[in-house]
Amino acid sequence: MLKLEARPQASKFWAIGSPLLALVFTVVIGIAIFMLMDKDPIKGLLVFFWEPIKSGYALSELAVKATPLAIIALGLAVCFRSNVWNIGAEGQFVIGAVTAGGVALLADSTTGPWIIPAILLAGVLGGMLWAGIAALLRDRFNANEILVTLMLVYVADLVLSYLVYGPWKDPNGFNFPQTKTFEKVTQIPRLFAGTRINIGLVIALFGVAGMWIYMFRTYGGFQLQVGGLAPAAARYAGFSSRRALWTALLVSGGAAGLAGALEVAGPIGQLTPYVPAGYGFAAIIVAFVGRLNPIGIVFSAILMSMFYIGGELAQSRLGLPKSLTGVFQGLLLFTLLACDTLIAYRVVWKSSNVTSGAK
Amino acid sequence: MSETTPLRLEVRHVSKRYPGVVANDDVSLLVAPGEIHAVLGENGAGKSTLMKIIYGAVKPDTGEVLFNGKPTHIRNPQEARALGISMVFQHFSLFETVTVAENIWLGLDKSFTLDAVRQRAAQKAKEYGLDVEVDRPVHSLSVGERQRVEIVRALLTDPKVLILDEPTSVLTPQAVRVLFVTLRKLAATGCSILYISHKLDEIRELCTNCTVLRGGKVTGHVDPRNESNASLSRMMIGAEPPKLQHREVNTGAVGMTVHGLSIQAEDPFGVTLDNIAFEVRAGEIVGIAGVSGNGQQELLAALSGESIRAPSGSIKLFGNDISKRNPRTRRAGGLHFVPEERLGRGAVPTLALAANTLLSRASDLVGKGPIGWVSPRLTANLASEIIKDFNVKAGGPDAAAKSLSGGNLQKFIVGREIGAKPKVLIVAQPTWGVDVGAAAQIRSALLKLRDEGCALLVVSEELDELFEICDRMHVIAKGRLSPSVKTSEATVEKIGEWMSGLWEVEHAV
Repeated sequence: MLKLEARPQASKFWAIGSPLLALVFTVVIGIAIFMLMDKDPIKGLLVFFWEPIKSGYALSELAVKATPLAIIALGLAVCFRSNVWNIGAEGQFVIGAVTAGGVALLADSTTGPWIIPAILLAGVLGGMLWAGIAALLRDRFNANEILVTLMLVYVADLVLSYLVYGPWKDPNGFNFPQTKTFEKVTQIPRLFAGTRINIGLVIALFGVAGMWIYMFRTYGGFQLQVGGLAPAAARYAGFSSRRALWTALLVSGGAAGLAGALEVAGPIGQLTPYVPAGYGFAAIIVAFVGRLNPIGIVFSAILMSMFYIGGELAQSRLGLPKSLTGVFQGLLLFTLLACDTLIAYRVVWKSSNVTSGAK
Repeated sequence: MSETTPLRLEVRHVSKRYPGVVANDDVSLLVAPGEIHAVLGENGAGKSTLMKIIYGAVKPDTGEVLFNGKPTHIRNPQEARALGISMVFQHFSLFETVTVAENIWLGLDKSFTLDAVRQRAAQKAKEYGLDVEVDRPVHSLSVGERQRVEIVRALLTDPKVLILDEPTSVLTPQAVRVLFVTLRKLAATGCSILYISHKLDEIRELCTNCTVLRGGKVTGHVDPRNESNASLSRMMIGAEPPKLQHREVNTGAVGMTVHGLSIQAEDPFGVTLDNIAFEVRAGEIVGIAGVSGNGQQELLAALSGESIRAPSGSIKLFGNDISKRNPRTRRAGGLHFVPEERLGRGAVPTLALAANTLLSRASDLVGKGPIGWVSPRLTANLASEIIKDFNVKAGGPDAAAKSLSGGNLQKFIVGREIGAKPKVLIVAQPTWGVDVGAAAQIRSALLKLRDEGCALLVVSEELDELFEICDRMHVIAKGRLSPSVKTSEATVEKIGEWMSGLWEVEHAV
């Protein structure tokens, strides 16, 4: 009989091996799905795993999608490491996009390039505000932050809809629910001509370094970690759980808001009801697949970005529904959680009638 | 004991070794039908191991168990229940979201219908005068009611032997009365009861026979009705400890003053602190003795700052009111604390020893300024220093806290707090679960700290230890603190009596 046996110490091998094994399982199940849908599994896999990296341009598109995922996931990793469960980064992303878009709409043909930092700052503050609501309700009324952040996603979507269907609608836009296209000056500076990669990528890479330093080299980050790992030890040390709550939510909200600002003033260039692309939810998966580690998050953001692009290509090339992206994302998280069992447990064969020792 | 009727249960020369400790050493136990038999001993005396052996949860290394006169190999709790041996654990195993009847149903043979179980449980409860409403959801029940559910559940299997593990530790005095009536009724039907406890009064009142364990060995077999609390506690705790050369203490300034400290219990398992007052001076060790669960946890949390529910002005550190201050502020004022739980409270299990120094020594390690830079070199150096000074067996400063044995982690934590040069040090259970050598080392470190002029408060359940290192002692019982007594004038009898809350009597005289 197969049995799970607790390991005396967590396996270092499987801490790294588990995401890789999860990827293998995801691919295997993916092949099965392609076959069930009467598609050539080789073609399907190529679309997901080769097309997104086969040329310089493809790689740049990969980076464009990976950037917001990584930025949001970095913030979420800080949050999850502190045992605070912000599930609503999507909402903070949307509000960040709205506040950033609001600032961008102020620009006219005479505005100087100072508008760019203003847009980004507005995005950060918008995301912080939205996450701050959850922090306040948790702090004051002990309202569960999982539910509050999640429900605020839908409120954020409605705020966006109200603005683009109402006061911010482009008067010359043939009644389409969207704002006017932002002024040229508000465009987030691009890094390379001919690609859509912008300074968001640089910000994300600085974020990786920043988060690593904050979590592993500063007293503030240490306090957050202890609060997440051993709440009684945090109380013993005298670390404030309120401060951890606010820090975690404001950092993750600010990061999501920043990603929203970069997105709306970057590739999108206007506010539309289609700003929420699910980055905030996908980033939860990115954070966990990346082991809540900044370096790991870089790799998992790239992987998740491949799924996004692969899903779109699967739609146009193979005639498969775009929701296949979500299926692959879900599969990856699901198999990862299953494979993580191997970190703390090992599988052993046992005959069924062995009596165990002390309970 | 009559030789004609077979004994209900006989344990013969049972031994059980765990790595580093002999839990049971040649233990024998004789229980007649219908007898209420006490098993008395301190924490760690081997009571639980012995019960688990009888209940089939642990296999003894040597020795045998006879049931109704026949050698029996009980391989697991299911077999024990089938024989008629039932156990009510100290921590209840009930599902809170379903009803009493459904909980009982879960533990029974699947052939019964829920309705049959409801009727049988209600009938059993009535038969023994146990007030249990079978259709109420468990979450709405009080602690005493939950225990009654556990007992009804055990009774439904028609036990021949019922084992109760510290059954009164969670009960109010009134509920204890009710429980005793039930147990006597049950014994009258011929069921033998094994009553595990360290509460002397209860044992003397209820039990007709008593086996005393200490350090895994049987130290006495008596009729508790003919014994005094003092004689029982001597068997439980050991001979009166040798009197140390108690020097006249040269105490200095008052380090910590506690006055009028009353805190209402927060949950049903908690203890309400009632007007606690004491002081600790520089250069002395003050001990607080008491059976666990009498308010030690609550008191320590209030003193350390982990709980700030203490009323204003009730706790002072060198004259400054600290009752509402957090642990970091108290540490800055020179108050350090070694908690009872090492893993998860005194240290973060998954973090390295180096990182764990930051919990209480941040003021020495963290860079000034807004960033609060943590240098891995400094933390590793401090951890190495503690490892060296206190002879901690560890893989080095990078070893995770959970990879250390209990004794070594305790040495590390004590070393970390002593290294901070505290002015007041509070230590809970300094040597609980620690091997003899490490315990001696920790105690001598505490004595040395005292001689250097630190004010120490030691809260411990081990009387031997308190007699060995303390200059004065208090006893905590049911959330109240006794007056202090000089160790040189204290006896085990006196402290043992005080442990059941009986100090007023004597003081009134």
